[in-house]
Amino acid sequence: MSRLAATFGRLREAREKGLITFITAGDPTLAATVPALNQLADAGADVLELGVPFTDPEADGPSIQRSSERALLNGVTLRTSCEQVALFRRENDTTPVVLMGYMNPILALGLEQFAQLASQSGVDGLIVVNLPPEEADELRSVLEPFDIDLILLVAPTTPLERIETLANSGSGFLYYVSIKGITGADHLDVTDVERKVFSIKQVTDLPVSVGFGIKTPETAAAVAKVADAIVVGSALVETLSRTTTLAESLKDIHELTSALKRSIRAC
Amino acid sequence: MFRRRAGDNELPDSTGHFGPYGGRFVAETLMSALDELTRVYQDALDDPTFEAEFKTDLARYVGRPSPLYEAKRFAATVGKARIFLKREDLNHTGAHKINNTIGQALLASRMGKRRIIAETGAGQHGVATATVAARLGAECTVYMGSTDIERQKPNVYRMKMLGAHVQPVDSGSKTLKDAMNEAMRDWVTNIDTTHYIIGSVAGPHPYPVMVRDFQSVIGEECREQCLELIGQLPDALIACVGGGSNAMGLFYPFLNDINVAMVGVEAGGEGMHTTRHAAPLNGGTPGVLHGANTYLMADEDGLILDTHSISAGLDYPGVGPEHAYLKDTGRVRYETVTDEEALHAFRLLSESEGIVPALESAHALAQAAKTSECGNVEDVIVVNLSGRGDKDLESVARLDGVSL
Ligand SMILES: Cc1ncc(COP(=O)(O)O)c(C=O)c1O
Repeated sequence: MSRLAATFGRLREAREKGLITFITAGDPTLAATVPALNQLADAGADVLELGVPFTDPEADGPSIQRSSERALLNGVTLRTSCEQVALFRRENDTTPVVLMGYMNPILALGLEQFAQLASQSGVDGLIVVNLPPEEADELRSVLEPFDIDLILLVAPTTPLERIETLANSGSGFLYYVSIKGITGADHLDVTDVERKVFSIKQVTDLPVSVGFGIKTPETAAAVAKVADAIVVGSALVETLSRTTTLAESLKDIHELTSALKRSIRAC
Repeated sequence: MFRRRAGDNELPDSTGHFGPYGGRFVAETLMSALDELTRVYQDALDDPTFEAEFKTDLARYVGRPSPLYEAKRFAATVGKARIFLKREDLNHTGAHKINNTIGQALLASRMGKRRIIAETGAGQHGVATATVAARLGAECTVYMGSTDIERQKPNVYRMKMLGAHVQPVDSGSKTLKDAMNEAMRDWVTNIDTTHYIIGSVAGPHPYPVMVRDFQSVIGEECREQCLELIGQLPDALIACVGGGSNAMGLFYPFLNDINVAMVGVEAGGEGMHTTRHAAPLNGGTPGVLHGANTYLMADEDGLILDTHSISAGLDYPGVGPEHAYLKDTGRVRYETVTDEEALHAFRLLSESEGIVPALESAHALAQAAKTSECGNVEDVIVVNLSGRGDKDLESVARLDGVSL
């Protein structure tokens, strides 16, 4: 069984909600990435999203844009991002890792080469922000033999009929984007999210995670009530780059992650 | 309504692909808005009142048809061929960009969108968008890289006069591509109220086909004017290519005229032997940016490269997907012209014809000079004079050591 399936299976059995965390590979430094992934897992993150930096992150807000820029200055690419996952896998063979990024670096590496590299590195899933299912056939077919899930996004603007299409062409879990907007925005409306997640649940058995705009344990708890998992990104990225020493940053993200996990356990 | 080419090789296909290029590579949030736009555009095509409104606006507001003018002194200076200029510089707001914004403004009204956004490089598309927004009474925000704000000041002030908010973009290379990223972020956030007027034949489907259709008024007029004025079709069409809208607009109605050669001119910047250019069709590789699969300036890791051109309107790492297709099929030849060659043509047209061209258009003029040099006296070349150079006077003066 894939690590993602095992994780969501375990959560379902324990009647627990999942915590998915996002940081960017190589931000604030390349040396910080593996220790940060370990801290997140240790503090209770169930799935680790690792952002692959890109020069033109058109769906991201200022926090993740800046984090992407810092990582690029550190020379981080899709290849180095995979290397970080491989290093992390030496210490942790159970927590699923999902790469999140944009299409062009994957095309530049070559779809087949990417699938091989990702698989060898221990990557479990892939989210490509600017790749709707209509354009995804080729990538999906090269990922499938390696058991790497192509995780699709559902938006507040996605019509009902289309949700079914997305559910049928995605795997791993569905990622519901909780706001019309970019990452890090803050006008999330829990009632809207609840309604939409309910209708997604009507057409799929895939776990539904919700992200974009969840920053505090309070919002996390509220959203976790209606979803299978929640995703926190900008808040962690900001925390990770705020302090001066690596030890302090790691302590801070551990604290935030623990608090998030506690808040969603309570519901 | 627009004359599409006959035959079953009509592109793009229903999913917006020109062969392997084009398509829709966007965040899921935008998909339904693109579907809506495609539907509204299709309905408009089937509705004779839309065509009538569009044509009336082009005639009475833009001042079309634009003349086809024979530049005899310029031609005599540079070579043997006869050179005609399609005078898009004479349009209201001074460039071809308004043809597209008029069309998209009509669509925005049909969709009931009261807020308009745009990206701009040279500022011509920003001005053309601010202009139609003023006319609609719509709120308008134009995203512009801070580097471009610096080099196209007159247009920045014009947009403000027209009531638009010009939002400086400081991320990345601070030019057109970053302005487009920021406009896409705005659109995702304000999707219910806002229409995004993309200024070229770039971006996700349906923009490349829709903008081409609106701009193809250039080629349709030009074809008729050639037959009327010269009694023949031209031997060659030449246009500059940034995103590629003025070129696509001129070329499209001639694509089936196999004896008409077509040359798209990319910005060669400081030369193709350097990395400081903006010529993806000549020096790039296929990839995905801003919603489409097309030729891009990117490094081996797929990261988008900073580009350089003296002309803000050509300073862009991508190109419309239909150009990528036409390059691969060989129907259109794509050449490059350097900053220096463009500047020379800029001055030459000003002095020989009393027409100050946009620096973008000066790239096409420089290519016409090269083509004519090794051409024949019977050759007829049409150059798309996509815009006027008022916006560039300050930057050119600075190169001359003069501050205005
Ligand atoms: C006068 C003029 N010509 C050409 C261009 C390039 O755009 P396109 O290649 O879409 O015609 C611009 C863009 O700003 C422009 O202002």
